[in-house]
Amino acid sequence: MWKWLHPYAKAERAYQLCNTLLPYFTVFTVVCLVVGWVWGLAYAPADYQQKDSYRIIFIHVPSAILSMGAYSSMAIAAIVALVWQLRNAELAVVAIAPVGAAMTVIALVTGAAWGKPMWGAWWVWDARLTSELILLFLYLGVLSLYHAFEDKKSAGKAACILAIVGVINLPIIHFSVEWWNTLHQGATITKFDTSAIDPSMLWPLLINIVAFAGFVGVVTLIRLKNEILQREKHRPWVRDLVSRG
Amino acid sequence: MKASHSYWQLFCAVYCKDLTLAFRQRAEIVNPLLFFLIVITLFPLAIGPEPALLSRMAPGIIWVAALLSTMLGLDKVFRDDFNDGSLEQLIASSYPLPLSVLAKVLAHWTITGLPMVLMAPVFALLMNLDTQLLTATLLTLLIGTPLLSFIGAIGAALTVALQKGGILMSLLVLPLYIPVLIFATSAIDTSSMSLAYGGQLAILGAMLAVAAVMAPLAISSALKVSVS
Repeated sequence: MWKWLHPYAKAERAYQLCNTLLPYFTVFTVVCLVVGWVWGLAYAPADYQQKDSYRIIFIHVPSAILSMGAYSSMAIAAIVALVWQLRNAELAVVAIAPVGAAMTVIALVTGAAWGKPMWGAWWVWDARLTSELILLFLYLGVLSLYHAFEDKKSAGKAACILAIVGVINLPIIHFSVEWWNTLHQGATITKFDTSAIDPSMLWPLLINIVAFAGFVGVVTLIRLKNEILQREKHRPWVRDLVSRG
Repeated sequence: MKASHSYWQLFCAVYCKDLTLAFRQRAEIVNPLLFFLIVITLFPLAIGPEPALLSRMAPGIIWVAALLSTMLGLDKVFRDDFNDGSLEQLIASSYPLPLSVLAKVLAHWTITGLPMVLMAPVFALLMNLDTQLLTATLLTLLIGTPLLSFIGAIGAALTVALQKGGILMSLLVLPLYIPVLIFATSAIDTSSMSLAYGGQLAILGAMLAVAAVMAPLAISSALKVSVS
């Protein structure tokens, strides 16, 4: 596997890989997003209790899942970057972080918009809400640490270390918050059990989750391309690329 | 350079050096304590002096104040050594860096954490806590403050090379402090209901054990990044 992966340690090859993958991801994401949203927002049946306002799950649930998925992929990239000293993996960490932060914000905002009519409040100190908020803080920490360094080489490494420290802490934070909540207030919000959801709603939801994953992929690829170009701007191949237009 | 001293000697040398430096500048020890005291004084002024209300809020207030005053001293842990170059010498030496880092973190705890634990009875008096709650507060502070030092030192090591690392460090570190805060305050809460709070203390202890093993490694690699 190492033999197969090794060429991509070179920035140029990684850039070309991004270029090859990007069209597939884009087409896939657009198709899935259109199908998922139209199906979910227009054709899926309304909930018998929540009526049409439940439809926000087609945006909320995928973005919440992807906010955590993006963090774990960021942490994996960070481990790869530190263990094998691959600079492209460092760039991937930097590329994923704002995308994940944006997903977290989307999840929080849509959750608040759903919570207002359902629970009567924009924000409740529920375990899931709190750990999502802390996840956002962790993302912002990685981002602000990266941007605080003048020297981008050490900035990338420092961001990687913080991402790994964060991923070790994330389960501890998650469980402690869950435990804190159940200790203080008995009221818990009914969890979404995938088996308890009707197939007519489950399918558009699944399509939306896949679509959001593709979307994160697309944005990450574009950002990674930019990061590679910026980091390698003094190299001849980048100059060739620019002069060719 | 050949290693001519035992690891234990190195540990003691680093630890004693940091303590000596701190005792030569006593403000470093006194200021976080004063800050702790002032923050605690602010709360009764802000929320009202009713004893029942105060003793209900005391665990949270004491712990938030402890978090904040630990942050004050953290910036100093590696900053001076970074500026005068001795940090570079520690990294370049043939001794394992995590060991000297461990000594430095423990020295930081001795300077900022331990005085807080010792002063806790006074604060408990101010916040109208009874003996039962006082014991719980003391125990959680005793286990929790070294944990704060370990986690915080990671943030300090990451930001040591930055000119204005202080605020950034608190942004990085405070979210990581949340589990400590939750378990510590819940232990005190549980003891106020006269229930056993050994479980929370055990979890705090477990987190301390993990942090004592893992944090020096993370701190060392962060220092290497900062110094390079």
